[in-house]
Amino acid sequence: MTSDTSRLGFYLLLAPILLWLVVLIILPHIGLFVVSISEKIGPREYETGFGNYAAFFTEPLYWRTFARTAIMSIVATALTLILGFPIAYYIAKLTRGRTKTTLFLMCMIPFWVSELVRTFGWMILLRETGVISNALQYLGVVDGPVEMLYNDAAIMVGLVYTSILFMVVPLVTTLDSLDDSLIEAGYDLGGSSTSIMREIVIPHAMPGIVSGCIVVFMLSLGNYLTPILLGGKDSLWFTGMIYTQFITRFNWELGSAFGFLLLALSSLVVFVGLKLSRQSLTETMGRT
Amino acid sequence: MKFSLISSIAVIAALTAQMTQAETLRLLTWGGYAPDEVIAMFEAETGHTVEVTTSNNEEMIAKLRATNGGGFDLAQPSQDRIASAQEEFGIYKPIDMSKVNAELFIPSMLSATAGNTTYEGEVYGLPHVWGTSGLVVNTAVAGNVTDYTDLCDASVAGQVSYRLKRPTLIGFAYSMGLDPFAAYDDTDAYQSILDEVEATLTECKPNVKTYWDGGDEIQNLLRSGEVVASMAWDTGGWQLNADNPDITFVAPEAGALGWIDTFVLPARGRADDAAYDWINFVMQPEIAAMITNTAGNFTAAVDGDAGVSADLKARYQGSFDQAAIDNIKWYPPVPAGLEALEGATLDRINAAN
Repeated sequence: MTSDTSRLGFYLLLAPILLWLVVLIILPHIGLFVVSISEKIGPREYETGFGNYAAFFTEPLYWRTFARTAIMSIVATALTLILGFPIAYYIAKLTRGRTKTTLFLMCMIPFWVSELVRTFGWMILLRETGVISNALQYLGVVDGPVEMLYNDAAIMVGLVYTSILFMVVPLVTTLDSLDDSLIEAGYDLGGSSTSIMREIVIPHAMPGIVSGCIVVFMLSLGNYLTPILLGGKDSLWFTGMIYTQFITRFNWELGSAFGFLLLALSSLVVFVGLKLSRQSLTETMGRT
Repeated sequence: MKFSLISSIAVIAALTAQMTQAETLRLLTWGGYAPDEVIAMFEAETGHTVEVTTSNNEEMIAKLRATNGGGFDLAQPSQDRIASAQEEFGIYKPIDMSKVNAELFIPSMLSATAGNTTYEGEVYGLPHVWGTSGLVVNTAVAGNVTDYTDLCDASVAGQVSYRLKRPTLIGFAYSMGLDPFAAYDDTDAYQSILDEVEATLTECKPNVKTYWDGGDEIQNLLRSGEVVASMAWDTGGWQLNADNPDITFVAPEAGALGWIDTFVLPARGRADDAAYDWINFVMQPEIAAMITNTAGNFTAAVDGDAGVSADLKARYQGSFDQAAIDNIKWYPPVPAGLEALEGATLDRINAAN
């Protein structure tokens, strides 16, 4: 009897997450897949086939945009890590008590406003008649107005800014769990700062680094607003392309195929990243 | 006592009658087409309530397609996008002309829209607001820009903006001496026009500062002086003209591109009576003038321009003389499948370096 009750309890607890997965993730994806394998041959006429996936591989524009999106997301992830690690290290190891909380809070404050507002903030700063351009002219560094918006560098700045919190938080958590006496022991045994960083701190923080990278990469790859608003004339982004197929071209079939390809790409990059860093997903997610 | 009982029954009966008639009208429209004061007057007069969702042509069709024509009771896409959307997705229902007060509409516009929105013998659209796309130019700096292709002139290099959408392709085609509307039904001819336009627009790319997406974006760019010549809607130019007399809408030599936004009934709309009430309400001359004053575009209502502000009329007359009006290229219905060709062209222009 008791085992029956506990089993019931187990299923009841499981129900919300199962519902979430089935209703919001699995069912829509099945629907999307069915749409993606139907080819349009005329008004209200469709037949089943993989023509939409073939279109992706035969049209260079599509897979170039795809590759561009992936590469820029990887670069954005690397930059976020390089910027985020010192911040996280400082917060976790070099500060105590109230300062620590204050610094952590300061990292979070920009995320209290919506992504759209933050992106518009960057537009105000970077545009030709914007704050930075005017300041440079006032200081006499440049003669005329400078345009810093509408290029790939602006996209990169936007992406790093939007996702840095998601790198700092897991890093702070893992670095916090590193016992300070281990670092002291390293110095006692004659290690240099570099070797301690390489032999002790980074290996310990690896799960945090990997999980932070996964989150930041996914966020950048799936970002729509930042590349559209900050990007220039030829800054194509794959999510923008999916939107165009669905909304302006009325081509849901190709759009769904693109959606699946994006899913496959992000899974592949995460898999390769885990293999290269010799981490397993269970360990990464379990320890942070 | 008896008398008061009867009268209170009558009052209750009247109230319930009112209740059964009152519906919620879910309106899918453009910004400015349903001003708050007009909604308040409509709600007071008919007892219906109005919920407004603002959108654009493509999103309207996408939204209605996602629900097979449900979720809204009245939509306002442009007249050239109705027959093909109906053919492909079946998202609208025919207009019942017996419920529409046809006298409120300018007859020529009513019949032209009816002709363009007919699918399998049924009429799907009624005209509401019309306007044009052309050039919005800072005449003090870029007075030499008088046609679409002038946007590629070296004198305005780096200070030009237009949308990467189908009106740009069509405007440039006309400016290059081609006739895209005549080639609508001939896929091969249309493709060769698109190829020529693609070459021009790719060559023109270094001149462009950015491709704009929303009406606010282009207004900001023009107002700040970062852009001096652009392809945009007439209302945008007239609004900017109110702040800066140098900036105004210029009807291009090749002809402004004319659109008419319509009323259509989504296939699974639930409040058709409220929708017809709304149509008959907003087409009254004085209400139409109120909408023109907020949206900035004129309507298909008879005498709808009588109550329009003198400033707006002056700006309209400044941009359009009679020859320019006669030269407006009105969008014919887009055949199904044409967007795919244009989409591929636009993608290639976007990707070109």
